[in-house]
Amino acid sequence: MSFRYEIRLSGAGGQGLILVGKIIAEAAAIYDDKNATQSQSYGPEARGGASRSEVIISDGDIDYPKATDIDLLLAMTQEAADKYAGEVKSGGIIVADSDFVKSPPEGDFAVHCLPITQIAEEKVGKKITANLVALGMIHKLSGVISEESVINAIRARVPRGTEEVNIQAFKYGQDLVD
Amino acid sequence: MKARTFMMQGNQAVAEGAIDAGCRFFAGYPITPSSEIAEYLSGRLPEVGGRFMQMEDEIAAMGAVIGASLGGMKSMTATSGPGFSLKQENIGFASMTEVPVVIVNVMRGGPSTGLPTMPSQADVMQARWGTHGDHPIIVLAPGGVREAYDLTVQAFNMSEEYRVPVILLLDEIVGHVHEKVTLPAPDELVIIDRKKPTVPPEEYLPYVADETLVPPMANFGEGYRYHVTGLVHDETGFPTNVTEEIEAQLMRLNTKLDRYEDEIIQFEETLTEDAKIGVVAYGSTARSARSALLRARDEDISAGMIRLQTIWPFPTDRIREFARQVSHIVVPELNLGQIAHEVEHAARGEAEVVRINRISGEPIHPDEILAAIKEYW
Repeated sequence: MSFRYEIRLSGAGGQGLILVGKIIAEAAAIYDDKNATQSQSYGPEARGGASRSEVIISDGDIDYPKATDIDLLLAMTQEAADKYAGEVKSGGIIVADSDFVKSPPEGDFAVHCLPITQIAEEKVGKKITANLVALGMIHKLSGVISEESVINAIRARVPRGTEEVNIQAFKYGQDLVD
Repeated sequence: MKARTFMMQGNQAVAEGAIDAGCRFFAGYPITPSSEIAEYLSGRLPEVGGRFMQMEDEIAAMGAVIGASLGGMKSMTATSGPGFSLKQENIGFASMTEVPVVIVNVMRGGPSTGLPTMPSQADVMQARWGTHGDHPIIVLAPGGVREAYDLTVQAFNMSEEYRVPVILLLDEIVGHVHEKVTLPAPDELVIIDRKKPTVPPEEYLPYVADETLVPPMANFGEGYRYHVTGLVHDETGFPTNVTEEIEAQLMRLNTKLDRYEDEIIQFEETLTEDAKIGVVAYGSTARSARSALLRARDEDISAGMIRLQTIWPFPTDRIREFARQVSHIVVPELNLGQIAHEVEHAARGEAEVVRINRISGEPIHPDEILAAIKEYW
């Protein structure tokens, strides 16, 4: 059985979860030379509504590109936390934003419920970088992608001119789980 | 030029495949989940000397690609279910007038505007019979990002070689999933261009075919003039009501693909050699199925799959043969059994067809297919 790591990024449309999924997948597949897929599901709305992005990282072929047994769940809303915690595997990890997730899920997994959006707002000075703060936490907690690869992927994927602020947000995220 | 490795989604791979196949004209009207094809080509086509047009609606877009193709441009449009419905009249026109065009339908659930953002395989039959009247059509269904590129190149080649509309059917997962792909260098591709007339313009009869059954096609603007109509026409292209002429043209039109089926029909077999229980699947559903059958093999269950890359014409002969070998054929689909019906027809009772259907917008989980395989093992 080849190595397979499943990440689900869930929250609301507009929180940048699909971008984070693309960064993780690109870091793993292009810069770390593993295999990865990123898929998404979202509603017809441009903003708001439930949004979900999934990344599968493997050293073999990836047939089914959706998460079936989640290793790491990011929940950026209470609704997402409630809906998906049950799909996290035993011994898995949940990263949640305490600004939105007031009652963190309980179960056979490690929960890191921390003020992600608040850090983005107060330390980075840009609430919109909350997704990159979450990425920093995911990077640190999952241990499946190298830091250098994530930073390369951030530089390749975020809008030009915002690289440094996004990398800063990513680093605040890493520090949050130290 | 060298091979290129990217993280890319299926829709983007379709756009890249089109460019590398020589497509230089796109007309369309954006619609989820196909919009990235138009978005991407609006940037890429001008870079390679092509033209991108956003039209007022899908019908006009289909008309525009037919016109561009008559003028000699390899042309494509992309849409989803409701837009595909609108295009049907002009798809029939392309069939009747034998104009090469490529139509991408990234499917959504229907009817009507249905489920814009969720995966579905609801247009398998619409792709075959959406336009009225007996007509030839080729429909290809990629199962992943690299294959979306490859089949787009082939779609252009087939449309040029056989002068038929070719439809690429993607589901939302194949259209939107990002995968690591290595694309070939464009100069490594085999590219087929339409056969042109060898006679001078005054001797050109646009609908006279040699033994290939595919008439040479003159591009407008190169000195040849001829009449293009959706009415049944004779060898000159003008309408005819003469029974013998009608019969000759329509029978040629409707049988011209038959002799090329070996080249057109493509499928991939996984562990079919010793299979006692079969799976027939296509698109993203085949990925769930492959995962399920590999797990079945871990439990010493001899399951094997035929994954359709060409849906129409349907690989009836191979499925019939497969049905003689296996006891059951599991057919998972994100519709209510559009291909299962065809598999049943091909199997003619030699194997029992087991349907797994879903139209709620969620993909079919590998566990569900594994459960079916085990149940009938």
